[in-house]
Amino acid sequence: MDIFLQLITSGFLVGGIYALIALGFVLIYKATNIINFATGEFMMIGAYIFYSLMVYLKLSPFIGFPIVIICAALLGFLVERLILRHMLGQPNISIIMVTIGLGSILLGLAEIIWGSSFRSFPPLFPRKPIILGEIVLRSNLFYGFLMAMVVVVVFLLLFKYAKVGVAMRATANDQMAAFSMGINVKTMFTISWAFGAIAASLGGIIIGNIGGVQPTLGHIGLKIFPIVILGGLDSIIGAVLGGFIVGIVENLAGGYLDPYFHGGVKDLAPFVVLIFILLIKPHGLFGTKEIERL
Amino acid sequence: MHIGDFKETYSSDQAVFINATSRFWLGVLFAVLFLFPFVAGDYLLFMANLAGITIIGAVGLNILTGFTGLISLGHAAFIGVGGYTAAILSTRFDLPFLLCLPLSGLMAAFFGIIVGGPSLRLKGLYLCIATLAAQLILEFVFVHWESLTGGIRGMNISPPQIFGYVLDNDFKFYFVTLVMVILCVTFARNLFRTRVGRAFIAIRDRDISAELMGINLLQYKTYAFALSSFMAGISGCLWVNFLKTVTPEHFPLMESVRYLAMVIVGGMGSILGSILGAIFMTIVPELISTFLGFLVNIFPTAMSFLFPLQQVIFGLLIVIFLVFEPHGLAEIWRRIKNYFHLWPFEH
Repeated sequence: MDIFLQLITSGFLVGGIYALIALGFVLIYKATNIINFATGEFMMIGAYIFYSLMVYLKLSPFIGFPIVIICAALLGFLVERLILRHMLGQPNISIIMVTIGLGSILLGLAEIIWGSSFRSFPPLFPRKPIILGEIVLRSNLFYGFLMAMVVVVVFLLLFKYAKVGVAMRATANDQMAAFSMGINVKTMFTISWAFGAIAASLGGIIIGNIGGVQPTLGHIGLKIFPIVILGGLDSIIGAVLGGFIVGIVENLAGGYLDPYFHGGVKDLAPFVVLIFILLIKPHGLFGTKEIERL
Repeated sequence: MHIGDFKETYSSDQAVFINATSRFWLGVLFAVLFLFPFVAGDYLLFMANLAGITIIGAVGLNILTGFTGLISLGHAAFIGVGGYTAAILSTRFDLPFLLCLPLSGLMAAFFGIIVGGPSLRLKGLYLCIATLAAQLILEFVFVHWESLTGGIRGMNISPPQIFGYVLDNDFKFYFVTLVMVILCVTFARNLFRTRVGRAFIAIRDRDISAELMGINLLQYKTYAFALSSFMAGISGCLWVNFLKTVTPEHFPLMESVRYLAMVIVGGMGSILGSILGAIFMTIVPELISTFLGFLVNIFPTAMSFLFPLQQVIFGLLIVIFLVFEPHGLAEIWRRIKNYFHLWPFEH
């Protein structure tokens, strides 16, 4: 029972961090209908920039975070302006491939700049493990979870109340209507990419702080797909819930099944769950069911 | 030079090779392909085999993605299924190569049907992610079902034989590859002159309209998956028999991405495009490594950049092609051809 509780809680905490990354993905998808296969690479770049600021420039994290946020926004902005703006109206597959190509470029560049060796962050949070009854939680995970939740809540509030957020929701809902209401749809695309990149890179920092940074950090990006598909591609609440579900599922599967399969189940389990969910609900748990007309 | 196509019957309009000029050049191409191994060195032969095997896989993926509009991120896994089937059949059951070839195709097609089954309900991006899941699950099976697949170490097989004739070098294998490529390409080219092929195109253009016109979506989408994976299986079988070894590392997600890249760089919905794309994607990485190897001789420190730089160039190629030439190499080829059609009297 102890192990079960332990696995569930740490899965829940990891899930919160996934939720943040998935949020970044859904932000982009909702506004622009683009599946961003480079999300994992955005995370990695964010983590590396933060690492460089902390280690090479010896800045305090409180200065580091805003700089990373600005850099990420800039990255999102550039990617949208230079590449994806040209892809408007192209078929899905072309757009998917462009983001895959982009991921490949970012991955290669990161390896050229920072090398392929493993680096760990200087301690950000107090080292002492958090003890809740019989459950012991790694402090990095716990504080990382709190941070992710804060960012998620900020994003959600931004959507609900800020003018930009309302405009973004309007754009996602109906581009033509939004356009005729005086919303600059193209700007909204750019802003969505910037927000998406910010969410991804903050998630990258949190993950990097738990497990260290290396170019392959971006592989975690693959986990986004079960998360967002579970929740439904265009649902923000779905992304957050999907994050928690995947976090818990993979931890349970890893804890109980890995010994029988010599590892690897942890990364696979979300995809197996994904397939079953898709067979029952083809648009995920909260996705909008598209009504097609001729 | 030839000027104008004047068609008087439907059958001449639907002919694969519209006129004598194209038949002539096709003859020249066959002659060159047949004579190629007698002049080419070992390295070129190796590359030619690789390119041929890749062409079969790329044509298969183009049937699914380019012609039917179903995006698959699991093509490498299907190739893997074909490869493993071939390896298991030839080592465990001592089946001859000529029997392994269709059987691996059928096995891959079977897996393709299983994965493609839900494609009636799953559309667009959801299907794409489902095939991604299939890729990862199959990859997991390749690594972890050790008693069958040999795990990470994989399996080694002995050189294939055809009626007692051992294909133990690249030269001999080249002719097998060549025949298979010609068979597959001819099949694919003709497929789109039949009811099935046209149904695929109708589904790609708009599946609901296709259904209204009496095309059974489930049936034809399943056909598309089956045909595409069958070719993947053939490609996998050739691949394994050519390298005489099979390990899970040959079929990662990145390989699926590479196949998609070939289809896109070549030109979606064009058989010629997949051929050009496959050749391009086989040769360009080699050229890059040769060039970088040259650089390493001058700057020894450049060694560590070799792999990442290759990755950057691969990404750049995809992005540049998609942004500037979305119809791919096939379109470039068409433009070049048109230029020479009326050359030197352009107007």
